[in-house]
Amino acid sequence: MRKAEALIFEKGQPGRRAVDLPACDVPAPDAAALIPDAYRRKTPATLPEVSQLELMRHYTALSRRTFGVDTGFYPLGSCTMKYNPKINEDAGRLDGFAALHPLQDEATAQGALAVLAAMEQYLAEIAGMDAVTMQPAAGAHGELTGIKLIRAYHRHRGENRTKVIVPDSAHGTNPATAAVCGLEIVEIKSHADGAIDLDALRAAVGSDTAALMLTNPSTLGLFERNIREVAAIVHAAGGLLYYDGANANAIMGVSRPGDMGFDVIHFNLHKTFATPHGGGGPGSGPVGVKSGLIPFLPTPVVVAADGGYRLDYDRPLSIGKVLSFYGNFGVIVRAYAYIRAMGPDGLLAASRDAVLNANYCLSRLKEKYHSPFDRFCMHECVLTSKNQKPYGVRTLDIAKRLLDYGYHPPTIYFPLIVEEALMIEPTETESKETLDGFIEAMLKIAAEAEEDAAIVKNAPATTVVGRLDEAAAARKPVVRWQP
Amino acid sequence: MMNTPKELRYSKDHEWVRVEGNKATVGITDFAQSELGDVVFVELPANGVAVTAGKQFAVVESVKAVSDIFAPVSGTVTAVNDALTDAPETINSDPYGAGWIVVVELADPGELAALLDSAGYEKLTAEGGH
Repeated sequence: MRKAEALIFEKGQPGRRAVDLPACDVPAPDAAALIPDAYRRKTPATLPEVSQLELMRHYTALSRRTFGVDTGFYPLGSCTMKYNPKINEDAGRLDGFAALHPLQDEATAQGALAVLAAMEQYLAEIAGMDAVTMQPAAGAHGELTGIKLIRAYHRHRGENRTKVIVPDSAHGTNPATAAVCGLEIVEIKSHADGAIDLDALRAAVGSDTAALMLTNPSTLGLFERNIREVAAIVHAAGGLLYYDGANANAIMGVSRPGDMGFDVIHFNLHKTFATPHGGGGPGSGPVGVKSGLIPFLPTPVVVAADGGYRLDYDRPLSIGKVLSFYGNFGVIVRAYAYIRAMGPDGLLAASRDAVLNANYCLSRLKEKYHSPFDRFCMHECVLTSKNQKPYGVRTLDIAKRLLDYGYHPPTIYFPLIVEEALMIEPTETESKETLDGFIEAMLKIAAEAEEDAAIVKNAPATTVVGRLDEAAAARKPVVRWQP
Repeated sequence: MMNTPKELRYSKDHEWVRVEGNKATVGITDFAQSELGDVVFVELPANGVAVTAGKQFAVVESVKAVSDIFAPVSGTVTAVNDALTDAPETINSDPYGAGWIVVVELADPGELAALLDSAGYEKLTAEGGH
């Protein structure tokens, strides 16, 4: 077991430095003349005083404790923690992209505009949509953009529709988005098999329905087989359908939200299209729309002109900008590299393998773990700790025990409608050997629960810190270091 | 073993109601607090607001999830358990006592008939309803 690391502030000695600078040989400016008195600190800052070696060892030790998909299996459900090919990084770091200034003349940034235009076209094709904006910064921001587009669409038609329907299995961001847009949320129940209750939907729609927000496959990892019927019900009431693309890794190249009847969609490039994810990303949440919503897209829009491209700001019905400049461009370049490297056949194979891997995990794990839905899953599977409950072992315990086996735990306690849920999304980039290793660990934990539950309930035993007191951390958070 | 006091009425959404005259004290059940796990935050309604049976009136956040709390009866809030703001864990330790959430002056005592008795609620939880 490794020892907990002291903080950098707790190391070193007064006067110790990482670098010895020579005496300054030019006249030093007077700080008092440069900075007004009110803004000058009266006491020196308590900065760490460490040698370069101490500094290097401290941060290298911390870096070796990080866990990412480059260090181990990371089956975090609903997050699509697939491997990000390193050629994406090479592309993103090309000088012609990385050294661009967002305010330089568009005539000198034609390559960047060509990438934006191409990505709009590729994503429109993958989604079955008519146009795409690359501007939104991430998934929830894409949702915000999409619902604002839907609002603008209805208002332009003289309709003030105020309600957004979400199934009870939805991602929390869906109702949150609707609430931020000032809309009322109508929640509808799912059937026991995870499908939307069509009668409940029929009862919920009306002349005040702005949109239905849906993830397909759902957060249960199940394909909504009645999607065309769902679309017909919402459209008949004059509402639009919003597709939350969080789970698009299951359908890429196989089926298209536009063909299912969706009017607006966001993708998460950082999930589906293999850009950095976790640790701040940043993300990217492009939004695709059907033709009726194109006039409302955020400005500027990349348009073809004179054999090249220009940025069009003259869009009177636009909802305006949703992010500074043109989106998280560096991320878009990485996703572009991914799509180009994979090609249509590669994207299709990725989705199929993602679904295959999830079903492989489900089929082997359901012998020991309760599977609430007796059907094939899509790119992720939901299990529960119901079989372990008699031994006093809950889902949190299983997740913590996985740390001892060297795996990042799956998503737990989501979706909310499944008691003690445990949600596994292996992604397509994992080998059968890796999946088998994880499955063996899960089966061992199930056996431990039956034979010696204390091992599981007290886990983790091998990590730097043991079981954290999450309740105390939430109730009495300590948010800054004190000497 | 879950504690389900016989003198209380219960909603299918796991709230309990203690009726005294035309006033109802409302909280969440022992089963609910057990399923939620350690409660870390409670968002309370303002005193004097109107609540509607079946509609959300408070929010309880545990280490697992954020959950809406639904009013089991309609009426006006006449008392709020402000102590939960500083000690949300009371909901875990004493769900039927110091962990009460609000007192509601009943708008329609007839609504009480729609609530479950302790036997009915125990049956619901045994079936895994949630």
